Amino acid sequence: MKIELNGEAREVSAGQLAEALVELGYGGATVATAVNGAFVPVAARAERILSEGDRLEVLAPRQGG
Amino acid sequence: MPVFYGVEVASPLLLGTSQYPSPAVLTEAFRASGAGIATVSLRREAGGGRAGEDFWAIIRELGVRVLPNTAGCHSAREAVTTAQMAREVFGTPWIKLEVIGHTDTLQPDPFALVEAARTLSADGFQVFPYMTEDLVLADRLLDAGCEVLMPWAAPIGTGLGMVNPYGLRALRERFPGVPMVVDAGLGLPSHAGAVMEMGYDAVLLNTAVAKAGDPVAMARAFALAAEAGRLAVGADPMPARSMAAASTPEIGRAFLE
Repeated sequence: MKIELNGEAREVSAGQLAEALVELGYGGATVATAVNGAFVPVAARAERILSEGDRLEVLAPRQGG
Repeated sequence: MPVFYGVEVASPLLLGTSQYPSPAVLTEAFRASGAGIATVSLRREAGGGRAGEDFWAIIRELGVRVLPNTAGCHSAREAVTTAQMAREVFGTPWIKLEVIGHTDTLQPDPFALVEAARTLSADGFQVFPYMTEDLVLADRLLDAGCEVLMPWAAPIGTGLGMVNPYGLRALRERFPGVPMVVDAGLGLPSHAGAVMEMGYDAVLLNTAVAKAGDPVAMARAFALAAEAGRLAVGADPMPARSMAAASTPEIGRAFLE
């Protein structure tokens, strides 16, 4: 299935967000996620089913002012 | 010392974590400043990337409180989602709420700011709104649940110092009991001293320290200036006057004509 990860087209086989994150290389990482502009907490990732064309944002701590 | 949402911090200086020449300089600058609060942000991470983990380890090592921001957000919805993500990652209800309304000046959008502040406060966040020095906006933000206000001195990254001293003075006088941090636009330690002398509780800066030739020395300079301003307010400054008043006694002066 084709999704958008942080603005770039990506192919994932997992249909569930928690599994897709592992597939995309985020296993165990300190990241926050949003799908189509809506926050998806860690506890909800296992139930969140991804669909074709979903926009996934994966954010991590960074420098800020 | 300033108290934000019931938490007393050890310094009137809040420091950003961006734009330092290296992580080592960032750490040294924090140590030199004595700042008790560091602003941080969230940005996109590539799969398998370590940048976020590495940065977060450096900040945790500093032993300071973190104040995550919503920098770069241009709508209330975007800012609310970013705040929710930040709360989970950084484990704090504190959020520096930035909703930008104008690209060139990075001026906050006051309407979206109030909307986002209301939503976040109702959701348990403790909001630090980055705002203009507008009195009506301040009223609306307090109504929305904010218990701290963060007016700008000048646009972010300009280093101009207070461009509207009247507005900042009026804001301080209008809400004497509200903890207020002057955030953005300070370029020199004297700028920080000046706003502290007005009675502001703290200053938040980043570029002025990180982009100085010697960020560590500048961090210390800002800390001393902010502390000097804070002490001066408590010392009840003398009233200014237009004409001179001799400080050396007239009595006992010799006549030498």
